[in-house]
Amino acid sequence: MRKILVTLLFLLFGTSAFADCNIKSGSINILANDFPALRTFVETSKKCKGSADFKVTHSSEHNKIAVPALTANPSEFSARIAANSSIVPLMNQDLIRPLDDLVKKYGKGIQDSQLITIDGKVMAVAFMANTQHLYYREDVLKDLGIAIPKTYEEVVAASEKIRASGKMQYPYAAAYKAGWNLAEEFVNMFIGHGGEFFKSGSAQPNINNAKGVATLNMLKKLSELSNPDYLTHDSEAIKVEWESGNVALMTLWASRSGTLLDDEGDPNITKATKLTGPATVGGGNIPAATLWWDGFTLAKNRSDADAEATFRALAHAASNKKMVADAADQAVWLVEGFVPGPKSIGVIEAVKMGAKPYPMLPQMGLMHGALGSEIVEFLQGKESAEQALKDVEAAYISKAKEQGFL
Amino acid sequence: MPNKTFFWFFLPTGLAMILFIGLPIISTGIQSFYAQHDQVVKEVKKCDPFGCTVSIVVDNEETSKIREAKPLGKFNGFGTYTDRNHLAVDEIKKFWNETESFGAFVDQVTNLPFYKALIFTLTYCLFVTPNVLLLGFIIALSLNAVARKIRGPLIFGTILPMIVTPLVGSLVLFWMIDSQGIIGANIQNLMNDPYLSLKSSKTLTWITIIIYGIWHHSPFAFVVFYAALQTVPQEPIEAAIIDGASRFQRIKHIVLPHIYPVVTFVALISLMDNFRVFEPIIGFSAEGSAQSLSWLIYDNLVNEEVILFGSAAATSMMTIIGIAILLAPVLIRTWKEFKTAR
Repeated sequence: MRKILVTLLFLLFGTSAFADCNIKSGSINILANDFPALRTFVETSKKCKGSADFKVTHSSEHNKIAVPALTANPSEFSARIAANSSIVPLMNQDLIRPLDDLVKKYGKGIQDSQLITIDGKVMAVAFMANTQHLYYREDVLKDLGIAIPKTYEEVVAASEKIRASGKMQYPYAAAYKAGWNLAEEFVNMFIGHGGEFFKSGSAQPNINNAKGVATLNMLKKLSELSNPDYLTHDSEAIKVEWESGNVALMTLWASRSGTLLDDEGDPNITKATKLTGPATVGGGNIPAATLWWDGFTLAKNRSDADAEATFRALAHAASNKKMVADAADQAVWLVEGFVPGPKSIGVIEAVKMGAKPYPMLPQMGLMHGALGSEIVEFLQGKESAEQALKDVEAAYISKAKEQGFL
Repeated sequence: MPNKTFFWFFLPTGLAMILFIGLPIISTGIQSFYAQHDQVVKEVKKCDPFGCTVSIVVDNEETSKIREAKPLGKFNGFGTYTDRNHLAVDEIKKFWNETESFGAFVDQVTNLPFYKALIFTLTYCLFVTPNVLLLGFIIALSLNAVARKIRGPLIFGTILPMIVTPLVGSLVLFWMIDSQGIIGANIQNLMNDPYLSLKSSKTLTWITIIIYGIWHHSPFAFVVFYAALQTVPQEPIEAAIIDGASRFQRIKHIVLPHIYPVVTFVALISLMDNFRVFEPIIGFSAEGSAQSLSWLIYDNLVNEEVILFGSAAATSMMTIIGIAILLAPVLIRTWKEFKTAR
């Protein structure tokens, strides 16, 4: 009887145990966003769990759960997969722990470039990069003799030409859903115009200027070339629009290219779907896009044993050459051994063109929130660009005062 | 029931109400008077895969010291209530002095988030509540008149909108009014305007949400009215028929006065429900065109990466006050009737 049990246990656990992940105890609970690359990453780390408990929550609502769940002591999650923007609230509230000792002890395969250091301390380990860039329909552009757009001015001209040809009524798409998505488009375009969100060295807003007006006008021009329901369209919705063949030019996340180019859907559209770098705007030389990293952070309010177990499992994935080779088309991995394929063109071009990372500032979330709701009326044609920007600044100032930034 | 019996009877409910409703409201009230401490920030070097920059972070050591000393935050009094994102007292004064016409003043005020939300919430209440009462009453009367055999299935069909979860109900309608959905595309054809979108126009979004609200809430009014109709005595109605009263006269002079207390009850409950309108805004992704007070609270709590507890608490308190003001006339009236009845 005992022999059978031992054999069974060996079968259950023996096969999944790796030589370098001999985790004996602790419990691992991960909070992550929900897209294919992150699922692959978490699955890979699960293979290394040894005899530790392993739980994961994939949710597109991760931002709403993170701060409350990590504030609890002990916190619900031992790790959170975060990005440039979502690490900020965790830092503001002091909810994540420095990883220096763990990196030294268990982070052998992790490259130095993957480490996110703040004030000399490693706070996160990045494993993939992301950005928003242009997608285009090769067949449509070729038919009409349009060159691949390099600037948003060219995107507008190309879209107008496509519309005039009668091929498509709403040739352009981007995630303009009121709220976070729309604000993100503003952030991209404003940075493309060379804007700075805050007066240097302070939390005073700095968007009500010529650059802000130019940004809004460009967003409006693009929105007029989009499906009239654009204010309700998030990344998923425009992906569907693209796959139904209603759109010929689109600004979308690099991390979604995998699902656009997979075997599902109309093969002709999939074949004609091509990727290119992000566009510039207003004669600027840096792209109107922001660079993002996704990486893991460890909760502060969790025992050292759990942190160690979690780090070992996640570090296994963050340095896994097999994972990046197998899932090469799911993301632009920052892990050693990654060979960029055709689906990584967007991010690589963005980096080459000198795109800026999303501003990792403590008060940026408040600005992002104010943008998402206050510029809607301008796009609807209900108020002037100056008034919209004035509203954004006023809404931001009130929130920043309440939060103690001003 | 003697007062003493009533007291013991009510005690468990009363305690639960104090514990789960009263205390949280008090705590929310206290919270609304506080803001976060001034943030202590420092300049540090930040490095990520894309390079290094010098920028600011919150100084956690300093901040935790301040937080330990005063965990509630910085006392702000009515500061949150009067700031631009709520009652906007200073802004309104400024608009009053600066604008030339009353119309321009109203335009400026309705551009402020709180007033924008208040106007939508009130519009929603004012259109949905009477229509729900009317529609519910008409359905109840008609169903009361059909043959008993088919009444069961009909009643079930009628209360279906209430059974469907609000989010699901609104999502179904949301897809139907999409510019490629069955309603949206047909309206475009009908109006001969390919750019017409129910979702992008503010007015059309409001109308959609209001129609959805009426559709969703009518069954509640119907169920209560239908039950009340069963208690209407037959003798006076028969007498009225003999006297030659028309159907309309019978309803006006016998049925309505009889079920009047129930009408008040339904009006109260619908007003309260409608003032807290929230789900359809999320279901219709209508945040851009329609914001309600409840949505503002939600926005402060979850849409920002930084949670604004003070703002959310202040809006919650004002919502409670708003409901109290709306209900006051009905409540006063009920109280007076109760007194005369004694």
